[in-house]
Amino acid sequence: MSAVTRAPGAARHGLGLWALLAAAALLVLPQVLYPVLALDVLAWGLLAVAFNLLFGYTGLLSFGHAAFWALGAYGGGSLLQHGAPVPLAMLGGTAAALIVAVPFGYLSVRSVGIYFSMITLAFAQMVYFLALQWTDVTGGENGLQGLPRPGFLGLNFDSNLQRYYFALAVFALGLYVAFRTVRSPFGLALQAVRDNEQRAQSVGYNPQRFKFTAFLISAGLAGLAGTLFVFGHGVVSLEVANWRTSGEVVIITLLGGTGTLFGPVIGAAIVVILRDVLSTANLPVGIVTGLVFVLTVLFFRQGVLGTLSGLLRRRG
Amino acid sequence: MNLQLLLIQVFNGLVNGAFYALLSLGLAVIFGMLRIVNFMHGALYMLGAFVAFALGQTLGLGFWPSLILAPLIVGAFGVLLERTLLRRLYGLDHSYNLLLTFGLTLLLQDLVKQEMLSQFAVSSAPYTAPASLAGVVNLGFVVFPKYRLFVIAVSAVICLITWFVIEKTRVGSVIRAATENPVVTRAFGINVSAWITGVFGVGVALAGLAGVLAAPIYSVEPYMGAELIITTFAVVVIGGMGSILGSVVVGFAVGVLAAIGAALYPPIANTLVFILMALVLLVRPNGLFGLPEGAR
Repeated sequence: MSAVTRAPGAARHGLGLWALLAAAALLVLPQVLYPVLALDVLAWGLLAVAFNLLFGYTGLLSFGHAAFWALGAYGGGSLLQHGAPVPLAMLGGTAAALIVAVPFGYLSVRSVGIYFSMITLAFAQMVYFLALQWTDVTGGENGLQGLPRPGFLGLNFDSNLQRYYFALAVFALGLYVAFRTVRSPFGLALQAVRDNEQRAQSVGYNPQRFKFTAFLISAGLAGLAGTLFVFGHGVVSLEVANWRTSGEVVIITLLGGTGTLFGPVIGAAIVVILRDVLSTANLPVGIVTGLVFVLTVLFFRQGVLGTLSGLLRRRG
Repeated sequence: MNLQLLLIQVFNGLVNGAFYALLSLGLAVIFGMLRIVNFMHGALYMLGAFVAFALGQTLGLGFWPSLILAPLIVGAFGVLLERTLLRRLYGLDHSYNLLLTFGLTLLLQDLVKQEMLSQFAVSSAPYTAPASLAGVVNLGFVVFPKYRLFVIAVSAVICLITWFVIEKTRVGSVIRAATENPVVTRAFGINVSAWITGVFGVGVALAGLAGVLAAPIYSVEPYMGAELIITTFAVVVIGGMGSILGSVVVGFAVGVLAAIGAALYPPIANTLVFILMALVLLVRPNGLFGLPEGAR
């Protein structure tokens, strides 16, 4: 997919300042938003960042990222259930997503365009049905409930605020991985593959290998995001594996701005807050989110950050 | 397992297959001709069932008039969507169609849910088959509900007609010409844009038809298309996206295979189609009946 193409040097200008602003915003977020919701922003944001590595930077529209989110959630959740400390559970969930991403990625990056979307969607359905059937591990329809929250290094995770700030540290680590991926020769090669696969191949790149590696990084980060989500709520529900999750992450990313590093996090904040407002106002969530999505796809494809940086670039 | 039980499974599989075939046929027509991946297809199937239900509740129309009217209404709705929304995305990457129709799916599902709750005070409703199709038929070796046999027959006939029109008639060749080379086709005095709208309408009407047929079996419910559409996508991928023949053959085959699989090992029922898909893609990345991307 030819997502929003950006001049490589454009964002470097003032990057440090923007990073500081973003960090400050995330640090005060739980003061203005209920901390559990703020943690949702981090989890969904990281999932969208992970998805955007494929969509915005590699041109692959994955419609199955619920799979890795769910693997992270169930992997991390069941480790917690078996008494693992929080960091180990997160590592385990991420590893589960990574391991499964090897065959999934190997098979799906051979396809392009809409074929890629369809295949990832079908793989995600396999994970969904596995989650539904393998009740010993996943709890089936009931999911995993009342997960323990062991403390770590003197932190008390029963406190919503302490939980948020620990999650923020993990989130920052994930974002750093994404940042390094995008701002590296590898990341530039990915964008070359996205913009013109034939040309990338003719200068000696192996597009297949690049896409596969990007797929793995993306899946791993999505898994980590899934563990954050579970860490925030203390439960895993079957909903994490539903195909709607795969679609929602696309909305979030588009809304925030594809092909921008931090855009998806802004998108996540908008969607999480919107959903919260709607549920308390007793408005039908699907109608409003559906409408937002339709309008975004039709008229606002660059998203919040894409539009903003476009405006700034025009002025500067 | 005894043979009779297996035969019943095969017949039930054919019923599911009839729906897969009808839905994936509509998707194949829309994708093959227009290159639109219509994620809404499941929601439009649901809309077909809902319209039939609503026609019955408000106008007292029975199954037979609804079987004609509901697909027409759904088809007209599709035409409206193509003219107003999808049209705007034709110059862009095909993925945007998928995204737009995904958003419309969320919208449509919840709109129908609201409608059912506020107008009819139900969140799901049974829909009865006409009296003439009630009861069972004794096939000699097995007794089978008449209505289910009717569904298999209707689906098979519609699939055959659609295949014939597109592959063997002048109408089909005009459609193919219009999508493969719109500029030249236009030069022959053919209104390409009207044809595209028409094809989309027909594809969508097929989904509406499947919905009406499904209503007496699965009852009417706003999310009835949600899981079905994913299976249908798998069918389309196995058959080869855009292949009319592939969607019909694989639609019925997947229905039967899944039913037999489920009889032998129940937990596999819903996953089998996706396992099949992975296996097929390993051997033939473009599906069983599909052509490589560039060949079109």
